Amino acid sequence: MIVDLLMSTLRLSVPLLFAAYGGLLSERSGVANIALEANLLFSAFTAAAVVALSGQLVLGVAAGVVASALVSLIFALICIWGHGDQIVVGTAFNLLAAGLIPVLNKALFNVMGSTPALANTFHQTWPFFALALCVLWALHFLFTSTRHGLRLSAAGENPAALVNQGVDYQRVRLRAVVEGGVLAGVGGVYLSLCQGSGYVRDMAAGRGFIALAAVIFGAWKPIPTFFACLFFAFTDAVQIQMQGRSMGGVELPNQFVQILPYVVTLLVLIIFARQITAPAAINDSSRRR
Amino acid sequence: MNKLSKIVILTLLWSTACTKSAPQAQESHKLKVGLVLDKGGKDDKSFNSGAFRGATKAADELGIELKMVESPDDAAFEPALRSFAERGYPLVLAIGFAQVDAVKKVAPQFPATHFAIVDGVVESPNVSTLMFAEHEGSYLVGYLAGLMSKSAKVGFIGGMDIALIRRFEMGFGAGVKAANPKAEVDVNYVGVNSTAWVNPGRGKELALSQYSRGVDIIFHAAGASGLGVFDAAAERQAYAIGVDSNQNGLKPGRVATSMLKRVDIAVYDVIKEQAAGKFTPGTRSFGLKDNGIDYAVDENNEKLIAPYKVKLDEIRKKIIAGEIKVPDFYTLKKMN
Repeated sequence: MIVDLLMSTLRLSVPLLFAAYGGLLSERSGVANIALEANLLFSAFTAAAVVALSGQLVLGVAAGVVASALVSLIFALICIWGHGDQIVVGTAFNLLAAGLIPVLNKALFNVMGSTPALANTFHQTWPFFALALCVLWALHFLFTSTRHGLRLSAAGENPAALVNQGVDYQRVRLRAVVEGGVLAGVGGVYLSLCQGSGYVRDMAAGRGFIALAAVIFGAWKPIPTFFACLFFAFTDAVQIQMQGRSMGGVELPNQFVQILPYVVTLLVLIIFARQITAPAAINDSSRRR
Repeated sequence: MNKLSKIVILTLLWSTACTKSAPQAQESHKLKVGLVLDKGGKDDKSFNSGAFRGATKAADELGIELKMVESPDDAAFEPALRSFAERGYPLVLAIGFAQVDAVKKVAPQFPATHFAIVDGVVESPNVSTLMFAEHEGSYLVGYLAGLMSKSAKVGFIGGMDIALIRRFEMGFGAGVKAANPKAEVDVNYVGVNSTAWVNPGRGKELALSQYSRGVDIIFHAAGASGLGVFDAAAERQAYAIGVDSNQNGLKPGRVATSMLKRVDIAVYDVIKEQAAGKFTPGTRSFGLKDNGIDYAVDENNEKLIAPYKVKLDEIRKKIIAGEIKVPDFYTLKKMN
């Protein structure tokens, strides 16, 4: 029972972790990123489509990650050089994912909803989870002891300071968002090639937004964000285990058990909201600096 | 208002004007049938594909003129239905529970047009309601699950907790108990909003947790989330049962059978009646007796269920004859 709960937590946490890492990098550099859902969907779809067509898992992983990085690149170009409002552009990307993927799917497989079911997929979660731990360490190292990490934080807190140093803060942001896209792409690949076997329309099912909540709950810092993701995955795992059980002789209605993860998310954000401050220059799309 | 938005509005107006006037030009003596599909679209390999298959078969065999529309969202149903009616289509088919409100609104406005709706009841003199006895089929596959389960524990995974899915659950549970009175049924639902139908990750987790608790066969009624149930069955070398269309081939050998809902038969029948001038309004139910509800046997599961087939066909006969009364969530909860 306890082992099941822990295993379930690990399996559910992987897509949240990678999406949250992606969001973290982007947000710390000053680009509010609500397009994580689009990253997940595009990479999940591309990975599944490439595996369906080529039969090569490795090719699928690469294609999924590249697709997500491309999505982030375009997103960053519009936000940074196009000076688009980051929330509006992010929303547009989520809508784009909902509309464009079925069209591509139709063109490739003559089906609107999902790619063909894949015969070969990853059977083990732990390589993904191990990678998530490595990335966690890398992110921690990035922010504490590298020049790129410091510049990235500065771009999110006080871009003017970077300008005074002669550093192009827009490039710093672009790099951060694209790196974030690569990480979020791994989460999407996991959805369609490890947790599932193939792409299903809209299969991210809100995980991009939960990941964003984890970033905020984690105060835009790698290690707390990691634990925030584990915590959300754990509430989901508990929800799954609790469904249909009775508590003290009373069977809880499914709907009540199922909203628990969301209620917990809300409560946590309300309780910790005062202690959490966002990067100062987030969603700052003004032209003059 | 800037120039761009003016152009957009003008184009929209022009295009609506065109859609209304164009079809009147082409007069044809063939029977025209309008088909409005639910969100899944004609390629969902399940419900909507079934409707489309039935309608195309009718088009080929009866020489009717078929026009099909896929709706991107709920708001598109009403205009689509109305547009067919306005263009003088004598028969308009609405596929899916989600179109009930739209049909309720449009049908009284066009008393000369015949409508048919699948999966939801609309009472109007020009509407034919096509229902399926999901509980009968669920009972039958539940009976199979009860026979097959070695641990006397079977699972049910639904998409959203709504009356239609409760109907599957109730019939399934009754079937399991009939086959093995000591068997327990573990019931889970994927979610509380429409993502519950497209979340295979959650579906797989629910299935894995059921298998961990000793369940060895799971029936899903969870749309695309059910694909996760098949993944879990393959991973744990356990069994799953598919729904709506034949899903036996998704994980060959691990899918015991699929409960079939033959929307194609229902749609074909309605078109045929209209063609013969015998359209009949009112509610009718397709079930085991007319093969509107069935279970799938193909090369993937033939051997697996061969030992149970005789018993299953006996149960089927008893349900048809009324010797077995399958509990129906709709009538029990007075939902209908």
